[in-house]
Amino acid sequence: MNAPLLQIDDLRVSVAGTAVLHGVSLTVRAGEVHAIMGPNGSGKSTLAHVLAGRPGYTITGGAVRFDGTDLLAMAPEERARAGLFLGFQYPVEIAGVNNAYLLKAALNARRRQRGEAEIDAFDFLNMVRAKMRVMQIDEALLTRGVNEGFSGGEKKRNEILQMLVLEPRLAVLDETDSGLDIDALKVVGRGINTLRSPDRAVALVTHYQRLLDHVVPDQVHVLARGRIVRSGDRELALELERRGYDWLLEAAAAVA
Amino acid sequence: MSGNTELSALFDRGYEHGFVTDIESDTIAAGLDESVVRLISARKREPKFLLDWRLRAFAHWRQMREPHWAHLHYPPIDYQAISYFSAPKPRGDAPKSLADVDPKLLETYAKLGVPLHERARLAGVAVDAVFDSVSVATTFKSRLAEAGVVFCPFSEAVHSHPELLEQYLGSVVPYTDNFYATLNCAVFSDGSFVYVPPGVRCPMELSTYFRINAANTGQFERTLIIADAGSHVSYLEGCTAPMRDENQLHAAVVELVALDDAQIKYSTVQNWYPGDAEGRGGIFNFVTKRGECRGRNSRISWTQVETGSAITWKYPGCVLRGENSVGEFYSVATANNHQQADTGTKMIHIGANSRSTIVSKGISAGHGQNTYRGLVKIMPSAHGARNFTRCDSLLLGSQCGAHTFPYLESRNALATVEHEASTSRISEDQLFYCQQRGLGPEDAVNMIVSGFCREVFKELPMEFAVEAQNLLAVTLEGAVG
Ligand SMILES: Nc1ncnc2c1ncn2[C@@H]1O[C@H](COP(=O)(O)OP(=O)(O)OP(=O)(O)O)[C@@H](O)[C@H]1O
Ligand SMILES: [Mg+2]
Repeated sequence: MNAPLLQIDDLRVSVAGTAVLHGVSLTVRAGEVHAIMGPNGSGKSTLAHVLAGRPGYTITGGAVRFDGTDLLAMAPEERARAGLFLGFQYPVEIAGVNNAYLLKAALNARRRQRGEAEIDAFDFLNMVRAKMRVMQIDEALLTRGVNEGFSGGEKKRNEILQMLVLEPRLAVLDETDSGLDIDALKVVGRGINTLRSPDRAVALVTHYQRLLDHVVPDQVHVLARGRIVRSGDRELALELERRGYDWLLEAAAAVA
Repeated sequence: MSGNTELSALFDRGYEHGFVTDIESDTIAAGLDESVVRLISARKREPKFLLDWRLRAFAHWRQMREPHWAHLHYPPIDYQAISYFSAPKPRGDAPKSLADVDPKLLETYAKLGVPLHERARLAGVAVDAVFDSVSVATTFKSRLAEAGVVFCPFSEAVHSHPELLEQYLGSVVPYTDNFYATLNCAVFSDGSFVYVPPGVRCPMELSTYFRINAANTGQFERTLIIADAGSHVSYLEGCTAPMRDENQLHAAVVELVALDDAQIKYSTVQNWYPGDAEGRGGIFNFVTKRGECRGRNSRISWTQVETGSAITWKYPGCVLRGENSVGEFYSVATANNHQQADTGTKMIHIGANSRSTIVSKGISAGHGQNTYRGLVKIMPSAHGARNFTRCDSLLLGSQCGAHTFPYLESRNALATVEHEASTSRISEDQLFYCQQRGLGPEDAVNMIVSGFCREVFKELPMEFAVEAQNLLAVTLEGAVG
């Protein structure tokens, strides 16, 4: 078995004075795909944000190691350069900042980290264009402002495009499948599968089994009320689809 | 993250152009009376019409009072404590070519990044450099001369083209215009003169760099650009000054005249010394810039990137006299530390179907106070006139301020006027998004601010857009702690 790429130990987090994560533990190894499911408000985005280092969260306990190093001690940009990518549930618009420009700056930051030279502008464009074809993104989006006036689906595909360009070690994708039409879902699934490799891992936050038909997970976890209440294989996702979450919440309450 | 405190820390940076050139200069004693005006005129061997004009201006100025309507606070200026003329001492004769220019001066320009040597001018920019009060060297004269374009120091034009001066000087900004402009008329030292003959498209960008070097001197340059019928010209002005503890006065006048079908594009990258973090020193920049679209279908565009000066007071405007004439104003103004900027534009619509566009982007940080003040005036004759105005303010930090004063006077019911305004802060979501993609916080802020200014930057000539962007980045340097 591979060494853990991400190791979360008893992570406790509060936001604005309220405890949101009450001791989450999770191990993701290189080569694996994990799905994180759970009811609205259970703390999935909070977990994703804390991993990426978003300000505003207080870590009240626990530890996170990424590739053996203390993740929580790193600045957000250091985490990104080390290969942690967050696909945002709500990608923000940045008016006037060229989409390609941000992407190139992001790639070069990652390359510098690895001791590589900045990418040649011509090579960059060729590479991005090829990946845009995979993601079936209109080339015009490259010269628009970052997410500026993008449709919901375009924003999500753009997140996956960024992921494909940056080739992270670990991609945490927060509801990238929400708001996608059926064809777009397939495209996004294909994009994620392109990234799968023995030395990378993916953590998918999703509400639906649909995406998991395209990207087959190794493990499925249910996060409820700030705790992982059940882990299993892809069968668990199918069961959730049939039964909802109540039975798990009741079981968890009985244990607590 | 206490985002905005960290953001404001981003703004602690040094002023890169704050060196003083050790050069012998010929500076007259501080103080101002009629004899000083006569002396300046005599030094320049000016014709009588010009001396008379200066004297009329001076007599008028003595009756005027310093205006205080702007949103600016500064100690009283002692006009008697300023020297009104300073010139680098010529070695022997006045410089005839670059080889005759003091190498120390050339070094200064090299430090400023002004590409004075012609062979270095791959970009094809002709530079007229004004050091303190005197124009030092003008490059690319010959290529321009072939096209019939006159581009020379103002003091030279006085002798080579007196008839054009007599016809156009003061025809856009009269000597009675305002306190600072009137003072300039009386004591202006040098500046640039441009004449583009009918039908000529100026073969290169024209450019002037202004620098104040000597202590206790004021700089009062004057620029006059005349675009004759059907001609085109693009002109860029850059400014720097050394760091000094005392404030220095800069009161320039720029006049533009566009005749039928002519176009003038005037771009400014203003980086005068802004003073230190406590607000000591810095340039007081009181500038009058106005263009007149005198002919039909003429067009004047002002683009300014104002990052320097302790105080900026300037309202580049357009008098849209010609039918179908077009006036544009694109501005980025930053106020950081204790800088104060009160800037905007005036669009005076006289001609039928005249159109104007105003896009102002104000950035405030530290204790900076940034004011947009703009006037759109539509005269009864301006049937079908249109104006579109957009003022956006970006605040970085909680101690700074943004103020917007749009004035509208419409005396024609058929005119269309639109105004949009917004005030925003850099959102932490945007900052985090960029950081999550691997950008450091400074780079992230720079990128977001550049995005905010994009509409204005894209109006600048390409090579200067890059310069402006870098300057803005320097302005934002040293931020997140
Ligand atoms: N900034 C905040 N201030 C106050 N409460 C917050 C904040 N951020 C998150 N919370 C709360 O933390 C809890 C977890 O939110 P989170 O966004 O992590 O849920 P989620 O599992 O991603 O939900 P969804 O499936 O709806 O996206 C919610 O109750 C939410 O209201
Ligand atoms: Mg969520």
